[in-house]
Amino acid sequence: MDFFLQQSANAVALGGIYALLALGLAVVFSIMGLINFAHGELMTISGYVLMYCGIAAVPFPLAVILAIGAAVLAAIAMERIAFRPVRGGSGATLLVTSFAIAMILQMLFQNLISARSQPVLLPAILSESVTIFGLIIGVNKIAAIVSTVVMLIFLDWFMTKQKTGIAMRAAAEDFSIARLMGIHANTVIAGAFALSGLLAGVAAVLWVSQRASVDPLMGFTPVLKAFIAAILGGLGSLKGAVAGGFLLAFIEVYLSAFLPHGMQEFREPIGLAIVVLVLLLRPNGLLPAKTLAAEKV
Amino acid sequence: MTSLIELKSVSVSYDAVKAVRGIDLSVKDGEIVALLGANGAGKSSTLNAIVGLAPVSAGKIIFDGTDITDFSPETLAPIGLTLSPEGRRVFATLSVEDNLMLGAYSVKDKAQVKAAYDRVYELFPILFERKQQYGGTLSGGQQQMLALGRALMCSPRLLLLDEPSLGLAPIIVEQIFELIAQLRQQGVTIILVEQNVSMALNIADRGYVMASGEIVAHGDAATLSNSTTLENAYLGAE
Repeated sequence: MDFFLQQSANAVALGGIYALLALGLAVVFSIMGLINFAHGELMTISGYVLMYCGIAAVPFPLAVILAIGAAVLAAIAMERIAFRPVRGGSGATLLVTSFAIAMILQMLFQNLISARSQPVLLPAILSESVTIFGLIIGVNKIAAIVSTVVMLIFLDWFMTKQKTGIAMRAAAEDFSIARLMGIHANTVIAGAFALSGLLAGVAAVLWVSQRASVDPLMGFTPVLKAFIAAILGGLGSLKGAVAGGFLLAFIEVYLSAFLPHGMQEFREPIGLAIVVLVLLLRPNGLLPAKTLAAEKV
Repeated sequence: MTSLIELKSVSVSYDAVKAVRGIDLSVKDGEIVALLGANGAGKSSTLNAIVGLAPVSAGKIIFDGTDITDFSPETLAPIGLTLSPEGRRVFATLSVEDNLMLGAYSVKDKAQVKAAYDRVYELFPILFERKQQYGGTLSGGQQQMLALGRALMCSPRLLLLDEPSLGLAPIIVEQIFELIAQLRQQGVTIILVEQNVSMALNIADRGYVMASGEIVAHGDAATLSNSTTLENAYLGAE
């Protein structure tokens, strides 16, 4: 039973990271109809900022702020430089553009920084663990859970109470009519990217604090998982992204904990099979967006 | 009196399809002008072209002395021009209050926004009662009221109404038309696209009749109601 609870805590921590990443994808998708595969590179950028801050002995809290800020700025720059010129293009154009950005950034990381994995100096406290109700939980896991909760509360407040957030929801539902209200297309789209950058930055700090290293391809796997999570939850739906992120993490963590040793190598395919099964039962995902059919820009 | 809005040989094309073919239209301050015609005549395309949602391929649109032909949609609400679109298109996943708030998105003056809320809630008390409800949960008539209210939130000088009676019960249609009459008294200039020809001409000062993207007749509402051009335009006779 303890082992089960222990694993559940791990799943919640991992699910939080997936949820933040899937939310970042969903925020942009709901407005532009674009799956931004360069989202992972935003994470990698944050990771490198953390690494350099560690080398420069920048205090960790400041390093975290710089790392998240870098992801936000990179996301805004990405939109301005790469996506704005192809706005209104077909879904395929946008998708290929996002792959191109991802690859260009990966090459830059490899050539300008290092192709190899680099260690990231982290405060010692992150690798300690505490005992809560008889469970031994890593401080980094607790940080992940707490940060996710804080981010989800912030995002909910922003999207339901702030004028800009409400305008973004309106634009996700009906972009043309939102523009008629005087809501600037550029503001909403840049806002969506900034928000996705913020989410990627937070996720990156949490991700790096579990592994203490960063490499040029660091963002690829978590964003692929987040993409699966976003589909599982219902593409373009913010609540769905959260639900999908947690469900995927629970599937993964439980499989790796409870699958017999001999079957561990089939962990990933079994996990994906479960995802496919869920989608067979709920083709639009767990909590589909009501406005999936809406016209995108 | 000069025109509040003037369309000079405006054409609208969607790729190869010409929806509007060089129409001239003008509306004076304080007027209600009906734009009539069968389905596919180009009425909605004309309204969408005015607010920048449909591509103008030729011609000029002048609003209050300014050439707005190439203005983007988001720049028009601030200068007092907005559209209540066909099919209402309220934000279904937003509350009634948030829908209205977005209608006043471009209004910076807080007192003015407050006054706009008061005005809309006075015109539509039902929206006040339901202000926490999601737009998508309202009935068709209430959604139409919300669409109208949302358009009024930016205190427009020119309001374009695209089929406000579409799909509504007769008693609700009457309410909507009464409201349009009320808006005229408040000095709002209106271009009204309507399928309900007799009610539209009853309330309008003047009317234009469109067929196949062209204006085939225009004149006083009373004259148009008595002429045969209208029937011809709808029935396709020469």
